[in-house]
Amino acid sequence: MSIEQIIFIVLSSIAIAAALGVILSKNPVNSVLCMIICFVAIAGHYIMLNAQFLFIVHLIVYTGAIMVLFLFVLMMMNLNAEIEPQKRNWLKYAGAISGGALLLVLVGALREASLPAINAGASSDIGLISNLGKTLFTSYVVPFELSSVLFLSAMVGAVVIGRK
Amino acid sequence: MPVQYYIFLSIALFCIGIMGVLMRRNAIIIFMCIELMLNAVNLLLVAFSKMWVDAGRTDAASAQLFVFFVMVVAAAEVSVGLAIIVMMYRNTHSVDINILSRLKN
Repeated sequence: MSIEQIIFIVLSSIAIAAALGVILSKNPVNSVLCMIICFVAIAGHYIMLNAQFLFIVHLIVYTGAIMVLFLFVLMMMNLNAEIEPQKRNWLKYAGAISGGALLLVLVGALREASLPAINAGASSDIGLISNLGKTLFTSYVVPFELSSVLFLSAMVGAVVIGRK
Repeated sequence: MPVQYYIFLSIALFCIGIMGVLMRRNAIIIFMCIELMLNAVNLLLVAFSKMWVDAGRTDAASAQLFVFFVMVVAAAEVSVGLAIIVMMYRNTHSVDINILSRLKN
C-alpha cells in the first residue's frame, strides 16, 4: 500500500467520522466543531489532489469565516443540548434509512464505472494561483463580475434582514 | 489510485448530509448539513479535475474554478441564511424548523 493510499484512508476516516459527529451530536456547538474537523480533512484532500489555491481558500473561507460565523450565531443564541428540538424517533429512522438507500444506490451504480485513474504521485501546476488566475480572467470574467454583484446583494440582504 | 475512491468518499459525505437534513430539527444544523453536501460535490469536482489532468487534458482548471464559484455562492448563501435564522430566533426564541410551518398565519 503506497503512502498516498494511507494518507487517503486516514483523511477519509477523519472526514466521515467528523461528518457523522455533526449529525449525531446533541450539542450544536459540538456539531460545529466536528464540522471544522471535517473541513480540515477535506482541505487535506485538496492538497493531495494538487489544488493548492483551493486548499488555502477552503481553509480561509470555510473553516475560518463560515464556521466561525456559525459558531458566533450559536453562541449568540445560547443554544445547548437541553433545549435542542428532537424529532420523533420513527422520523429519524426514516431519514437514516432513506439516506442509506441513496448511498447504496449511488455506490451500486458507480461501482463498475470505468474512468481514468488518478496518479497521486504526479504533481502538476494546474491548481496554482497563476494558472487559475489566467483561466479565471480570460474564460470566466463574466461569472467573476456576476459573483461580485451577488456578494453585494447578499451583503445588502443580510444587513436589511438582520436589522431590527 | 482509482478515482472511485474519491467518488465513494463524496457519496458518503453527501449521504451523511442528506441524513442530517432529514434527521435534525435544528435549523442551524440543517444549514450545516447543506454546507457538507456542497463540500462533497466540491471534493468530487477537484478529484475529476486531477483525473483529467493526469489523463492529459489541458483545460482541467475549469473544474477548480467551478469549485471556487461554488465557494463564493456558499459564502453569500450563508450570510443571508444565518441572518434569516437570527431573525427567526428573535421572533420566536427557537430554531426549531417546525415553527416555520406556522408562517402562513
